[in-house]
Amino acid sequence: METLSWHVALPAVGAAFLASLVEVVEAFTIVLAVGTTRGWRPALQGSLAGLVVLALLVATLGPALERVPLHWLQLAIGILLLLFGLRWLRKAILRAANIIPLHDEAAAFAAETAELGQAGSRRGRRVDWIAATAAFKAVVLEGLEVVFIVIAVGAGRGLLLPASVGAVAACGLVLAIGLAVHRPLARVPENALKFVVGILLTAFGVFWTGEGLGIVWPGGDLVILTFIAIFLVAGLLSVPAAREIASEERHDPA
Amino acid sequence: MTLLKALLREIISLFVDDGVLALAVLAVVGLSAWALADMRLGEVAAASVLVGGCLLVLVASVLRAAYSKRASRE
Repeated sequence: METLSWHVALPAVGAAFLASLVEVVEAFTIVLAVGTTRGWRPALQGSLAGLVVLALLVATLGPALERVPLHWLQLAIGILLLLFGLRWLRKAILRAANIIPLHDEAAAFAAETAELGQAGSRRGRRVDWIAATAAFKAVVLEGLEVVFIVIAVGAGRGLLLPASVGAVAACGLVLAIGLAVHRPLARVPENALKFVVGILLTAFGVFWTGEGLGIVWPGGDLVILTFIAIFLVAGLLSVPAAREIASEERHDPA
Repeated sequence: MTLLKALLREIISLFVDDGVLALAVLAVVGLSAWALADMRLGEVAAASVLVGGCLLVLVASVLRAAYSKRASRE
């Protein structure tokens, strides 16, 4: 049996943990809004139904992925990770450079609460169904990203278990803090987390895509650390450059 | 049906936010595969295209958004 090396397992656990943290915080905000506005029963019913759908998805996808030849799996997952990771990294850079607004959990909570309140006053008895559906949608939609990240960072080289541990730890942490403070977790440095996760996923994406194409990387798995360093430097340099371009005045020749 | 549409939209938006970025990433992977298949270029060229291409695509997409923000202010 092949033993796991820490330099591969640790980024996988870290990526799954941090990405799940961001997604679970977003889902928690909506479930909390449903619970405090329309009661905890529909919030919990919707959340549980969402978790069942996600579990079914994992149970179906997991065995199906084992039948795909490894290099095709690595190539497909690598490309998806590149698309996913670069999208997160780009967004995090643009948010850090004040080009697009930061995600605000408190504002998301207020918007969801207002929407549910209006739906309640408009539709009377149907509100429980609406509330449960809102919780269900939040859990399924945010959970899908968690499932993809766990499968993507885990399926390529037998890292599904460490990646799942990272995701479950993030869920536990958010639930524990959320139940204790009973408020949306607005102080989570979401953009910094997305920046780090974007770098990790992109580094994994380059690695798996290369492996899937048949590239033998110098240094084997260790090259992932080099990719992390390269994208970290590029990301850090892009923030001030983008901020400067966006804020400077254009001087057209008169 | 609305929920299914929302799910489908969410799955697509997991990977595609900026269409140009997504197409550019696919082009980089294709170029890298072509470099690998071409014996004269070989593995080092394919690896360089993949890493350098992804970097270039990221930086270009960020700068494009910055320039478009500046243009929208004016």
